[in-house]
Amino acid sequence: MKILVPVKRVVDYNVKVRVKSDGSGMETAGVKMSMNPFDEIAIEEAVRLKEKGVASEIVAVSLGVPQCAETIRTALAMGADRGILVETDAELQPLAVAKLLKAIADKEQPTLIILGKQAIDDDMSATGQMLAALLDWPQGTFASKISIEGEQITVIREVDGGLETVTLNLPAIVTTDLRLNEPRYASLPNIMKARKKPIDKLSPADLGVDPAPRLITLKVSDPPKRKAGVKVGSVAELVAKLRNEAKVI
Amino acid sequence: MTSLVLLEFDAAGIKQPSRSAVAAARKLGEVHALVAGSGLDEAAQAAARLPGVAKVLVADAPGLDHLLAEPAAALLVALAPAYSHLLAATTAVGKNIMPRVAALLDVQPISDIADVVDADTFVRPIYAGNGLATVKSADATKVITVRAASFDPVAAEGGSAAVETAAIPDLPNVSRFVSAALSKSERPELTAARVVISGGRGMQAGENFKLLEPIADKLGAAVGASRAAVDAGFVPNDYQVGQTGKIVAPELYVAVGISGAIQHLAGMKDSKVIVAINKDEEAPIFQVADYGLVADLFTALPELAAELERS
Ligand SMILES: Cc1cc2nc3c(=O)[nH]c(=O)nc-3n(C[C@H](O)[C@H](O)[C@H](O)COP(=O)(O)OP(=O)(O)OC[C@H]3O[C@@H](n4cnc5c(N)ncnc54)[C@H](O)[C@@H]3O)c2cc1C
Ligand SMILES: Nc1ncnc2c1ncn2[C@@H]1O[C@H](COP(=O)(O)O)[C@@H](O)[C@H]1O
Repeated sequence: MKILVPVKRVVDYNVKVRVKSDGSGMETAGVKMSMNPFDEIAIEEAVRLKEKGVASEIVAVSLGVPQCAETIRTALAMGADRGILVETDAELQPLAVAKLLKAIADKEQPTLIILGKQAIDDDMSATGQMLAALLDWPQGTFASKISIEGEQITVIREVDGGLETVTLNLPAIVTTDLRLNEPRYASLPNIMKARKKPIDKLSPADLGVDPAPRLITLKVSDPPKRKAGVKVGSVAELVAKLRNEAKVI
Repeated sequence: MTSLVLLEFDAAGIKQPSRSAVAAARKLGEVHALVAGSGLDEAAQAAARLPGVAKVLVADAPGLDHLLAEPAAALLVALAPAYSHLLAATTAVGKNIMPRVAALLDVQPISDIADVVDADTFVRPIYAGNGLATVKSADATKVITVRAASFDPVAAEGGSAAVETAAIPDLPNVSRFVSAALSKSERPELTAARVVISGGRGMQAGENFKLLEPIADKLGAAVGASRAAVDAGFVPNDYQVGQTGKIVAPELYVAVGISGAIQHLAGMKDSKVIVAINKDEEAPIFQVADYGLVADLFTALPELAAELERS
């Protein structure tokens, strides 16, 4: 069984990104970039399925600027077998990403596609569900555990009230939540090996997709600032302030 | 211009996040509401009582039970031609279904809106809420999820909408609900509570969350947690507050043994009053706290419980 894993290059989760002074977007020049953390979880899950003999091949796909090749290399070092880079400088929104991934899935014919539940830059939480729709496959979003048996996959999902278990016909889409696994660090030998693994390069035009964004960003502004608070000296003072000053208890 | 809002409900009525989605839809014009599943009489009546809802569509079919994404999306796509906007709350249900609907309609979803500017233009947080993007949609149908914490919910009572039966399209049968293991609690839901008290890694163990209980009881609070506390197994996943958990904006948020990582702040920094209890005076949580107490939580929490008990 072949598994496709889309991996997005995003600003590292430790970086506090600021709004550009002209309000045209976020200041991302020169900041550390990494693989979207949920996509590391997706790669890890695919590698574990390969180690268990359930999966035979893992293809990591990234869409965007040429440096997305580095994100693919990270996936290859974690255990993916080969990469596909769809190179474009265009701003890509989930609808375009889903269409591009559909075109790749049509060629590659995977049985399972594992995506992150959310990219930590655009916070859309949409691409996996959209790809599932375009492929007409079922979806198991926000997965905290998966198990594959024959033609079916069972997914335990993190939902608002707790956990929900669903069974889906394969092929299917899964999106990862935080508790699915703890991703490994790539070992040095595996990083060396990853350099020799192949990465195919394509353009949106090769895949017959117009990636033009449908949402136009008019401006980006700072969230409201909280005014500096005070330190209280004791629990009694805290309770008094909450009662008499803030009037919330 | 008419909007359709997909509602979630339970035995107690229409859920608060869905009532916030109705509030957002009211800013766009006429509002219709959709309830789907089977045995919907009470839910339909509850939906009809929401102020500002003109019509309730009832989609009664066992295939819609549990609102699995594949059949629920097929239903919304079938209903879509009559509507300019399709909305749901940014909940596990809304996030699961709405992007699927959008792709089937060939539109880009507008996820997690925090404000309505006009019929095409919305504000949504990006980068863990470090930016607020104003975005304009070029699509014919707007498919939207609504950040419940950003819209005051409409009341549960006061309206009297007409109730109609919706035609059920062919529902895909490719997924099956197996079971749900839901956390049981007498406390208010995190996203609906007036007060939230959350514990972090500093709590050290699941059983220490008991220290929060008398305080939560006294304040009528919901109990939440940081990701670290959930990952460590102290509390279930549905307690997680943050960028990738629940977004809350209560009157009072109390963070106990939580450092204040960007991802946690993203889920609670719109709270009206924030209290932080942390033994490290340098902890970033103090930068957003209105009232900070530098203390060991294991002494501060029993003291706080006693102080609240006393008065
Ligand atoms: C993709 C991604 C998504 C994430 N999403 C979320 C999210 O949605 N929500 C979230 O919360 N996090 C999220 N995180 C994790 C986040 O980055 C932090 O790791 C996490 O919030 C830290 O939790 P914490 O504050 O409980 O733990 P720590 O950072 O370890 O802080 C513990 C705090 O407890 C204090 N403490 C310890 N002992 C005591 C004591 N006895 N008395 C008083 N204080 C004490 C310490 O001083 C410290 O400040 C995410 C991370 C990633 C990568
Ligand atoms: N440009 C991209 N390249 C590769 N994968 C992507 C890209 N954009 C989104 N994805 C995938 O879709 C998931 C959800 O992203 P989003 O819908 O933007 O929150 C990510 O975790 C990735 O798995």
